[in-house]
Amino acid sequence: MLVEGITSRPVHGGIQVDLFARRHFFALEGEGALALLAQAPALDEAFFDRCEVLYAAADAAGRGYDEALARLKPDLFRQTPTVETLLFRLRGCLSRATMGTRLYVAGGEGFIGRCMNVAAGFGMDAGTVLTEHRGSAARRVQCVHCKGITEDVSESPFACSHCGLNLLVRDHYSKRLGAFQGVCIDAEEPVSASRTPEEVFQ
Amino acid sequence: MAIMFRQETFRDDFTYRNSPANIHRFPFPFDRDEYAYSVNIEPHVPGRKGTIYESLIDVDEHYVAEMADRALVLKEDPLRYQALPHMMQAQWDVLELLMEQQAAGYPEHFSLTRNGDRWRWINRPLGIDDTFTFGARETLPYEPLEYIGRQTQGDLCIVDQRDNNLWMDAGLVTTQADWSLDFDVGMNFMEWHGPVPLAHGMGIFDRALKFLLNLQLGQPVRRFNWTMTVNPRLDTSPENYHKWGRDRTTVTPVNVGRKVHLRVELQTLWRLPRSNAMLFVIRCYLMSMEELVTVPKWARRFHRVLKTLPQELVDYKGMTRYRDTTVEWLSRHDDGAPTSPGIWPD
Amino acid sequence: MSATSTIPVRVSEIEPVAESIKRVRLERPDGRPLPPFSPGAHVVVSMNDGGRIRRNPYSLMSEPDDRGYYAISVLRAEKSRGGSAFIHDVLKAGDELTISHPVNLFPADKRGRKHILIAGGIGITPFIAMMAGFARDNVPFELHYAMRSRAHGAYWRDLVASYGAHRIKPYFSAEYQVLPVATLLENQPLGTHVYVCGPDRLTDCVLDAARNTGWPAANVHTERFLAPAGGKPFDVELIRSGITVHVGEHESILEAVEAAGIDAPCLCRGGACGQCETSVIACDGQLLHHDVYLSDDEKAGGRKIMICVSRFEGTRLSLDL
Repeated sequence: MLVEGITSRPVHGGIQVDLFARRHFFALEGEGALALLAQAPALDEAFFDRCEVLYAAADAAGRGYDEALARLKPDLFRQTPTVETLLFRLRGCLSRATMGTRLYVAGGEGFIGRCMNVAAGFGMDAGTVLTEHRGSAARRVQCVHCKGITEDVSESPFACSHCGLNLLVRDHYSKRLGAFQGVCIDAEEPVSASRTPEEVFQ
Repeated sequence: MAIMFRQETFRDDFTYRNSPANIHRFPFPFDRDEYAYSVNIEPHVPGRKGTIYESLIDVDEHYVAEMADRALVLKEDPLRYQALPHMMQAQWDVLELLMEQQAAGYPEHFSLTRNGDRWRWINRPLGIDDTFTFGARETLPYEPLEYIGRQTQGDLCIVDQRDNNLWMDAGLVTTQADWSLDFDVGMNFMEWHGPVPLAHGMGIFDRALKFLLNLQLGQPVRRFNWTMTVNPRLDTSPENYHKWGRDRTTVTPVNVGRKVHLRVELQTLWRLPRSNAMLFVIRCYLMSMEELVTVPKWARRFHRVLKTLPQELVDYKGMTRYRDTTVEWLSRHDDGAPTSPGIWPD
Repeated sequence: MSATSTIPVRVSEIEPVAESIKRVRLERPDGRPLPPFSPGAHVVVSMNDGGRIRRNPYSLMSEPDDRGYYAISVLRAEKSRGGSAFIHDVLKAGDELTISHPVNLFPADKRGRKHILIAGGIGITPFIAMMAGFARDNVPFELHYAMRSRAHGAYWRDLVASYGAHRIKPYFSAEYQVLPVATLLENQPLGTHVYVCGPDRLTDCVLDAARNTGWPAANVHTERFLAPAGGKPFDVELIRSGITVHVGEHESILEAVEAAGIDAPCLCRGGACGQCETSVIACDGQLLHHDVYLSDDEKAGGRKIMICVSRFEGTRLSLDL
């Protein structure tokens, strides 16, 4: 595909807390911890009494964000070893949540996409989940040809981890899949010419 | 008068052709000699006899072959049909609308008999005679949208209306100009139009959305879109782009007239009564350059339009590799004479 | 796009169903089926009241799948602008009217996992078709219905009989019963939607309670009765038509324009749909915006007016009509 520079990137408005909510769930990954920590000084004990924080340190492990989050004394704080286990816990939280619950998600694009997916499964409208992008700009990409999802894509083009086609990452994002679209880049070239991948999502 | 349905293919040996009569009813979309982007929405009302507007859902000589091609696409990739669970009521709306319109427009080919919610549908060209219960999914071999979509020319998309936006929540899409329903399902109007260049900045989608949100029952509207396709291939999906993309490199000054096709989409939009959702029918018409230049007015005008098309749109429509070759070939059929107003042949 | 295409209908039945409320049954004179409609939809009924055309929107409350007839319910408005008084005092079985195609500005969110309907008085009407739809699709719902008294409230006995007391909760203010809005909204599961239709007081109360219990705005749905408030009469200069029309105390600019034989685009007649947006060419005075369509900035800007509900106070108003 010869088109580049499409402008339909997801817009993350930031996780400014909604003080009207009765319950606050935070799903945070890596540097995403900073999105909550930055607001913490303005929030009081009563707020954190109504707070549940799930945190996967991912590539921010060892930076002490986990301890900083624990010091906020939320009603529940759980650090999970991986994003998968965080998503499992998130399902547990949402299954007993009520309409007064607000979900805040901060971390990488792929992480945000996967959390939104879980929330949608509980009838939460995408527009009601607050999101903030922090840390790596690596993307979660679905190959439009084989439908396989490749995590942590930081170069374009890249080879699909499922079918091996060379994919251009389009700036076209599906909230339902939580992924950008990858489309074969060299289909129009008679002999598969090699292209140098560029680091574009850093 | 009964339509003579052609036997032809849209893949492999590409035997698709338009009969001379069908060329004259082609929806040539340009009403002036230079390219101008516009929302171009107008009421979808029945038009002149012998045009594609004679019936609100047009059936032509390619019907049987198109339905065979659609069945092949669905067999290879069932994901071309998508429907989110809350769209079932809208699916029945669509089935009713398309059966009613086709039976009204072509009684010699289709008939619908209703006895309460027991309906009998006869589709003679495809040899179908089914009796089913309206509203009961288990009385049809497919979900209602897929069932009627396998018997209707054109892609079908059903959009839900909520929160002042339109949501692409169901569809059957096998003849698309390079967009993926499987990827776009669940998106809102602005999101699924995200990849279209230029128009966002002009506010075109904001205005179009505001208009469509007010679309009324019994007052469908239509608009045109167009692109070009190498070979008369209906399934130019992104899913299979790695297979057909190479076609774009095969155009030469010798074969351009036969290979390059103008691809026109007639989009009709209908408010659906029971669900308050909206149906988009995106009907694709293909005509080779050789067929197009048999109408001198269209030869002149299309040459001029293609020459003035902005580069962003040339890229977006995927015509970058063969636009110049096509303009060059068309220039031989443009004597510079003025063209008459309107879209129809002189 | 101009006025919606209309459907001729005949009144096949008109009967009182509660204090000051009449139910009107409409059928096509030629016996053909009416279009199916979606729950929450309304039609605009046009009435010829002694040579004067009155048009009022009414929610459809018949079975959405029954194409044989439409039913509406009409409350005699205390300060009637004419339409409801005409229906109560003049209209009789056999009379002919025209109606618009159904329009839905108050649809249920079909993805909802549970629906809570809150009605006040005549605000029950859109919910009757909605509940039929939820029951057909097997979707959980409950109705909380506030009325002045057992005699003033319409349909509540039938609804309890159809859907059960566990789903239909009536509240009578004459018996000091209060609809507990806040506690109702407090513990609802994710995916619940709430709908309110009734007097502004009730709507505001539900909106406040929803915000205070942390509901996202996307799950809260309102339909207000936006009957033109009426007000002081004034003149409007229509620049393109080259005439000046007088807008009386109990009519809207739109009605005055139509009475002068000018076909102005319009649809909902309730300040919601945006079709009658009109450019203000000159304004020496104050625009009184009563619509929910224009943004606050557009209202403050003073260059646009929704002529179906909004009014004017001052010395001179010129519109692009």
